[in-house]
Amino acid sequence: MTASDTHRAIEAVWRIEAPRLIAGLAGLVRDVGLAEELAQDALVAALEQWPESGVPRNPGAWLMTVSKRRAIDLIRRNERLQRNLIELGHRLDLEEEPPEIDEIEDDLLRLVFTACHPALSMEARVALTLRVLGGLTTDEIARAFLVPESTVAQRIVRAKRTLADRRVPFEVPQGAELAGRLSSVLEVIYLIFNEGYSATAGDDWMRPGLCADALRLGRVLAGLMPKEPEVHGLVALMEIQASRSAARVGPEGEPILLLEQNRARWDRLLIGRGLAALDRAEELSGTLGPYTLQAAIAACHARALTPEDTDWVRIAALYEALARMSRSPVVELNRAVALSMAYGPAAGLELLDQIVAEPSLKGYHLLPSVRGDLLFKLGRLEEARAEFERAAGMTRNARERALLEERATACRNG
Amino acid sequence: MKFMIVGKASAETEAGALPSQEVVDNMHAYNESLTKAGVLLTAEGLYPSSQGVQIAYSGGKATVLDGPFTEAKELIAGFWLIQVKSREEAVEWALRVPVPPGHDGVGLQVYRVFDAADVPDDSLPPEERAREEALRERLGADNPTT
Repeated sequence: MTASDTHRAIEAVWRIEAPRLIAGLAGLVRDVGLAEELAQDALVAALEQWPESGVPRNPGAWLMTVSKRRAIDLIRRNERLQRNLIELGHRLDLEEEPPEIDEIEDDLLRLVFTACHPALSMEARVALTLRVLGGLTTDEIARAFLVPESTVAQRIVRAKRTLADRRVPFEVPQGAELAGRLSSVLEVIYLIFNEGYSATAGDDWMRPGLCADALRLGRVLAGLMPKEPEVHGLVALMEIQASRSAARVGPEGEPILLLEQNRARWDRLLIGRGLAALDRAEELSGTLGPYTLQAAIAACHARALTPEDTDWVRIAALYEALARMSRSPVVELNRAVALSMAYGPAAGLELLDQIVAEPSLKGYHLLPSVRGDLLFKLGRLEEARAEFERAAGMTRNARERALLEERATACRNG
Repeated sequence: MKFMIVGKASAETEAGALPSQEVVDNMHAYNESLTKAGVLLTAEGLYPSSQGVQIAYSGGKATVLDGPFTEAKELIAGFWLIQVKSREEAVEWALRVPVPPGHDGVGLQVYRVFDAADVPDDSLPPEERAREEALRERLGADNPTT
């Protein structure tokens, strides 16, 4: 093995071991920032020693031992931690048996909730989560989010300081607080996923890589919180969306909308995993939460072998449930499309007319575009033409503008 | 990246001998650790090749040959499909497979699996990149119908 081979092997070990290592250390020292630094020190030690000695048989235990030794050194020197010294002295026994699996799982879950704590900005939550739970380097996070590395480094430093200054406890919230905090965790994971998904054919492999990172985090969380339906709902949503990656963009880089996608290119394995996760979410849940509802909608498409097989009646009903839970103009627009597919264009138009004055949809070109389409189907060509022209004037995409102008012309020619 | 870790067959697996409880437990713990790390997509064990068939081709004609297959060292007994960040990570996971002691020779193979998410696209010309930008806006991040 050459030095660079060992280097890459260490990176791989790091990717596997980092979350549990940091979680275990944070469980001991009760400080995520310090735990992360101790773990980094162990990584540096591995980079120095393993090229000579080879990768040890149990690399996770090796890293843990080195980190603990370093923690003891630090405590001896650092007065800030003096007050914890006696207690830590017991817990840092280097000869102790490896901790029980359940104990690590608990620490890992605490780490998830601490990294996604509401005291941190959303950017900080995302960066810290990818760093301590995803095992990503600062450089990788920076490339994924198209920001300078120093910005990410600063975000992480500040996040760790905020957690320490505010004395954010290293724990999983209980009772009523749990639901609110869990939704922050899910939001962070979904945001990471979307950052990658919206760039699936983007100009840097790191961004699509974020989808995989988010899926991995989601799957880990589902293992840690198997009784929470929305965790499975989010995993289901991500698995099903990821299953369409290969079909969403054409050879010229052009977007291919869902109904035009080649379904043979959908990843059946991921669909199967998504549907299984959705089943679990539905079994556990009385009322379906927003992620589970979105996953259920995605599942309707995934189950349809051809676009004609799509269960639009069910999709319309799911959108209605989603709108009741979190009403947003985009949801309403999608619901209008579903209604028109299920019950005809007039039903969709009726809903659209109710939201057409919505201020948040001002300048949203898909509204007149969809409205034009429904009017066209109803034979109201003059009104349809006006809508297509309005939409064409609103979109910034040349290709799409051409398409909309074409449709407007078609209306004029009847 | 997706990888397939393939476990090779042995005279015992081909004979359909059930593995010891210890081996079963170790495998179970290994699969659990893959699941908990969020990297396992699927894993399957295979019946002995006596339950399968081979299809041979000659002059454009296919012939079905009942198992067991000869060439025992070419046979496989099971596989894992995992999604990881690098080839090295796949190798690291493969090294952790609890292969029972006493196994000599090649026990595992690691294949890279084609995955749409792999394709690096740094060759994208500017106009296509612009199109991609527009796509992002158009699809809308929270729209599950894309």
